[in-house]
Amino acid sequence: MTGLPFDLQLLNLCAALLLLVSFAMLTQRRIVNLVNLLAFQGTLLLVATLLLAWRTGQRHLYLSAVLTLALKVTFLPWMLHRLIRRLEVYWDTEPLLNISGTMLVGLLVVVFAFGLAQPISALASTATRSSIGIAIAVVLLSFITMITRRKAMSQVVGFLSMENGLFFGAMSATYGMPMIVEFGVALDVLVAVIVLGIFFFQIREQFDSLDLHHLESLKEGATVAQADSIVEDS
Amino acid sequence: MELLLLLATPAVGAVLLGIWGARRWAPELNVVMSLATFLAACALTARVIGEGNLLVAHEQFFIDPFNVFLVTLTAFVGLTTSLFSRPYMRVEMNHGRVSAPRLRLYHSMYQLFMSTMLLALTTNNMGLLWVAMEAATLSTVLLVTLYRTAASLEAGWKYFILCGVGIAQALFGTILLYFAAERFLGAEGVSALLWTHLNGIKGHLEPVVLGLAFVFLLVGYGTKVGLAPLHNWLPDAHAEGPTPISAVLSGLLLNVAIYAVVRCKVLVEGSLHSQLPAKMLMGFGLLSVVLAAFLLWRQRDVKRLFAYSSIEHMGIITFAFGMGGAVANFAALLHMTVHSLTKSAIFFAVGHATQKAGSQLIDNIRGLMTLSPTIGWGLMMGSLAILGMPPFGVFASEFLILTTAMREQPWATPILLAALGVAFAAIFGRVQPMVFGETRAGRLPHPPALLPVFTHLALVLILGLYVPPYLADWYRAAARLIGGG
Amino acid sequence: MRTLDLITQVLEIIAALAVAPLFVGWINQCRAWLQNRRAPSLWLPYRGIRKLFHKDAVIAERASGLFRIAPYIVFSAMVLAAAIIPSMGTALPFTTAADAIALVGLLATARVFQSLAAMDIGTAFGTLGARREMMVGFLAEPALLIVIFVASIISATTALPAITENLATQHLALYPSLAFSAIAFTLVLLAENARIPIDNPSTHLELTMIHEAMLLEYSARHLALMEWAAALKLFNYACIGFALFVPWGISTSEGTPLTLLASIPLLAGKLLIVGAGLALVETVSAKLRVFRAPEFLATAFLFAVLGLLVHLLLGA
Repeated sequence: MTGLPFDLQLLNLCAALLLLVSFAMLTQRRIVNLVNLLAFQGTLLLVATLLLAWRTGQRHLYLSAVLTLALKVTFLPWMLHRLIRRLEVYWDTEPLLNISGTMLVGLLVVVFAFGLAQPISALASTATRSSIGIAIAVVLLSFITMITRRKAMSQVVGFLSMENGLFFGAMSATYGMPMIVEFGVALDVLVAVIVLGIFFFQIREQFDSLDLHHLESLKEGATVAQADSIVEDS
Repeated sequence: MELLLLLATPAVGAVLLGIWGARRWAPELNVVMSLATFLAACALTARVIGEGNLLVAHEQFFIDPFNVFLVTLTAFVGLTTSLFSRPYMRVEMNHGRVSAPRLRLYHSMYQLFMSTMLLALTTNNMGLLWVAMEAATLSTVLLVTLYRTAASLEAGWKYFILCGVGIAQALFGTILLYFAAERFLGAEGVSALLWTHLNGIKGHLEPVVLGLAFVFLLVGYGTKVGLAPLHNWLPDAHAEGPTPISAVLSGLLLNVAIYAVVRCKVLVEGSLHSQLPAKMLMGFGLLSVVLAAFLLWRQRDVKRLFAYSSIEHMGIITFAFGMGGAVANFAALLHMTVHSLTKSAIFFAVGHATQKAGSQLIDNIRGLMTLSPTIGWGLMMGSLAILGMPPFGVFASEFLILTTAMREQPWATPILLAALGVAFAAIFGRVQPMVFGETRAGRLPHPPALLPVFTHLALVLILGLYVPPYLADWYRAAARLIGGG
Repeated sequence: MRTLDLITQVLEIIAALAVAPLFVGWINQCRAWLQNRRAPSLWLPYRGIRKLFHKDAVIAERASGLFRIAPYIVFSAMVLAAAIIPSMGTALPFTTAADAIALVGLLATARVFQSLAAMDIGTAFGTLGARREMMVGFLAEPALLIVIFVASIISATTALPAITENLATQHLALYPSLAFSAIAFTLVLLAENARIPIDNPSTHLELTMIHEAMLLEYSARHLALMEWAAALKLFNYACIGFALFVPWGISTSEGTPLTLLASIPLLAGKLLIVGAGLALVETVSAKLRVFRAPEFLATAFLFAVLGLLVHLLLGA
């Protein structure tokens, strides 16, 4: 406890703050703030990566820190902000569950995540093994963020934060994945966001809104623009 | 060398078609690139048959009987689909449903999609496998929304989000795999994610972590396979995209996803020494079969109908791999082959039929036999084949699976049989009026070219009557590799 | 038992009784400054209490004995609580009898009697206030308990002086869990003491009040005791906060008269800062609608549980 060196204490602080940011995302109603939180999450990841790189002296961690800085701290938030401005979506509607309920579910999820991480942490040999549980919790909380939201934009933020959680998990469990995989993942995320950007404009063009309410016709069996695709299943 | 050609051809094709994809000869270029890919795949196959397993490029790529047969299948169906898409997309363009820039996007993404699938199949690196699977999703998202209708946008969004979430689970599973392996193989270099290395030490890997990893990997890649209850995206994506895309999604992407699941299962089973992975596969498989069979009854859109049929067959294949053992694996591999050939043939026929009828609603498609006997027969034979009528190949594989199930898992046989019966009634009851029903429309002046449909069906027929010895050897080798049971 | 410990004990009780109204006065003064008003005298709360003691009590006709006795119970519960919270020294003879959980129990006892007394008369406002108070308490208490658990787990004891001493003397380290707990505790403090986001202590606006609604029927010495108890409660909460999160400067069990003396100005300084901070919080935030209060307290609970979980996971 008290014997922990200072950089590890800082790493733990980063982990704790990451968890907190996930909860903030879960309860945040404004999309702009959601994106800012995502940027903050990226920054925390960057700090954690740098600390870990400095501590372990693994060179590839510096590389992934650069990747984090370029993609998660700078590019993605910038792009999302631009999309928000261009599409003029600032608010999310009331989430499906009320705030207190969401928080309670979130807490249960965190407990579950910590339980899940127990066997993994027990085997890990990294200095940061205790934060694996936090990484899993971040992933699951982002998942809840995604299911309780209506607006496409908040779902995407949830998706990206899930990826951040996975990245943090890989870092705490194994000091990061092999570089080639990390590059691939980063590339996929980048492409995903660009595809989504295009996608948003298509949705917008079609519905004049980014509310996913409109995207439920295939479920409810309503007649839609293309008259011949009426469906009723699940 | 062959491998390089195999992977580079579609990638180059993607670039070329990205530039010239809207030209008049773009569909032909698409065919040529697909043909080149297929030839490269054949060359690779020949080499693997001759020299055995292949490990190249710092062990980053690994070819064994299991994936080489899928590579050939993928390249072949890719080729026939490009042949089918040539006239199909022309008609779509003439109808004004697709503009020139979108056609360019379509052609470019088609090649990119092929390239990512081949990468996923040939790579030895579990991380790269993940990257390629995600890339395959991304390259098809914009294809599903090609028509920009409300329904297609919804389908695309569902596809993206569900598969995105699913694939994120798979990434976590991959991280866990790496975590378990890194303790033995070391972080230096990247050997800890190479399947061949993992396979070598699978007995030493920590069972708890691998069990967890498998759950995540199965949920992740299972979403892409379309296993219930994670199948929601599949019917939408199939129904709303252009028909050639439905054909490759159903015939190829699902196979690649199953391939990923099976690769993971081999590793995990070696570590766990328990029935857990097998049971999970069987459970998910059976659930998918049953659910899909009953949902088939509620379908009014012909493409969705066959999309649910794909879920059903993926369920059967997953169940068979779950049972494991030489015979079941053999049957599952055979089923993968015949399903992807038959299903893409059906989608080709359906594509023509819907284009002629101007609608995807089953009720609006009537009397294909009078409209054009080739389409009518194509759809009828395809449906009979997919329903497992002898003498088609699907019958052979389903028969093998059922008899194995009777011996190994007697409790599951009645469920499987009942589901197959329900599916049979549902599909046959819908296809019959489509083909033989009354119609006021006259006969088409010139029959559409259905060469791909009948090539596929002929192959399925041949596989039903006689599996060539080299192919059988190949299946057997792959089945041994997968093991289990 | 050392004589010094006895002196500390007596000193602490006297200080609590004497300083609590002053602390309230200080917060009011800061608030007035921040809001550009002319500040009332620091001694105003004393004058109010003295004035009330000199008046004759008027008691509702239907009031039972409970109504009369409640102020004494509430007041003594607060004094007792003040006795077991280490504010100047950790070597307190009384604390062997009661640990942190008992402390929460004491605070709860006071709340129960206050609410019962408010309902005793049967007026609408009293009942309304009591019900709201119970709602707040029911949500805030678990959060407070969990905050205390975090500190207890870190120091492996539930005795408040031992926790304080442990935290004060150990090697300086970053505790994300304690940081989360501190936030949770601040939120609980605001809610429990009828401060602004939950209740406004300076108005009698009928639809929103909680604490004041319960005191409406009281007059004279009963009201004086109740108000004094409220001031003590705030003071106690502040001291619990110091004991858990900023224990430095407190006189430990090996303390000398000198350290005890040194802890007095330190406590005064902490109180000054916290009072100003509270005034600032109350100035910048708006009062929440009553039905949003559960959300506020859920946040407190969330922070507390997160602190606990993070501690269990990271050991920090």
